[in-house]
Amino acid sequence: MSVETTQDESFKNAHVLDPAATAVSQEEISEEINDIHESYRQEVLAGKKPETQPRVDFAPYRSSLLRHPTKDLHHTDPETIELYSPAFGQRDVHALEADLTIQHNGEPIGERIVVAGRVLDGDGRPVANQLIEIWQANAAGRYVHKRDQHPAPIDPNFTGVGRAITGPNGEYSFTTIKPAPYPWKNHHNAWRPAHIHFSLFGTDFTQRMITQMYFPGDPLFALDPIYQSITDQDARDRLVATYDHSITSHEWATGYNWDIVLTGSNRTWMEDEEGDH
Amino acid sequence: MAQAPELKLVPTPGQTVGPFYGYALPFEKDNELVNQAHPNSVRLHGVVTDGKGEVIPDALLEIWQADENGKVVSRDGSLVRDGYTFTGWGRVAVDNVGHYTFTTVNPGPTEEGKAPFIMLTVFARGLLNRLFTRIYLPEDTAALAKDPLLASLPEDRRQSLIAAREEDGSLRFDIRLQGENETVFLSYPREN
Repeated sequence: MSVETTQDESFKNAHVLDPAATAVSQEEISEEINDIHESYRQEVLAGKKPETQPRVDFAPYRSSLLRHPTKDLHHTDPETIELYSPAFGQRDVHALEADLTIQHNGEPIGERIVVAGRVLDGDGRPVANQLIEIWQANAAGRYVHKRDQHPAPIDPNFTGVGRAITGPNGEYSFTTIKPAPYPWKNHHNAWRPAHIHFSLFGTDFTQRMITQMYFPGDPLFALDPIYQSITDQDARDRLVATYDHSITSHEWATGYNWDIVLTGSNRTWMEDEEGDH
Repeated sequence: MAQAPELKLVPTPGQTVGPFYGYALPFEKDNELVNQAHPNSVRLHGVVTDGKGEVIPDALLEIWQADENGKVVSRDGSLVRDGYTFTGWGRVAVDNVGHYTFTTVNPGPTEEGKAPFIMLTVFARGLLNRLFTRIYLPEDTAALAKDPLLASLPEDRRQSLIAAREEDGSLRFDIRLQGENETVFLSYPREN
């Protein structure tokens, strides 16, 4: 298989990907995914610790082939700057930026939803006063982006970008429109499950992450090499929001809950250790 | 170094930034930690390349660093820059030829005798999770020789973390995601 997927891409020619790659069928991609998952299950049965993050080397997602490091990550103890994180506040983000349905003159088309939850660190502590950024496709599965040229309508009343600063208990809430699935060029007849991109900061910059939140019961989950790059079912489930009727509001919007857990802060325990000397 | 304590919760998985962040994540002056007119402003630049040495036109980078005196600041105002407040953080989407530029200052050593470095995070379409690395300043060779991370790397890999100082004072730091001279990417305690 040829892997020259980036050479001819440009803003004008956004969907020129390797024709050979797009000739690959869903069945072939699904088989590759199943093979990787099956060997992972065997490893876990043999005593390997469950994986919690996506593999960066995941061939069914063709764009990853030349874009993942081949050497292991080098383990290091964080120092100074790595134990802190940039600060964001009300100066950076207006409270109204968390409502993606009021950014234009009219109401966007689609299913109005509220996505709310908390940002916690690996010790279960709320991550307060930190920046969350989201972006997403509209109710037709179209992004407001020059590179997204697939034939679905742009909604003049929906940009699909939001920001918020977490509250004192790490809480956030976005009002938006439920995004639709959309086609992409990984293989023939490839469709992404509906998702919202989330960008998150913690108390240490080593906790920085970008991820995607999905909706419960999406029939495209099993077919999607990006979602399935997480080999462990429990880990994959952590990206799926829960329908929450207590977030749903009368005659207004349905509600989803999604809590996000960042990695552990290193500042506290390393400082405690310094104090021991 | 003692063992890092176990996590109580399992971290949420990351996912690729995808191809469509361009209308969402960049913002005005995102790559200007200081104004170009700042007397000590320094250009930090380079290219991001893949396993074939081809440039990656859809990567997003963030840096986080101490100020000129080695002080770690904690100030808001990164997203709405006033041109005066140094917040230590910046973001840039690479251009069509995979090139990036930050306008910043040389970070000072955070402790006497320590090698100053800038922390870098890489996101890209095709990259399923973010990558972390360090950009060391090249000047203090004594401090570089003593640095615990650099000392733990073979010589040929160490160089991938040390920026080059160009004639005009710019720092050049290329990022190779894969292949020959692959950049050293880092993991930290308490990731799972």
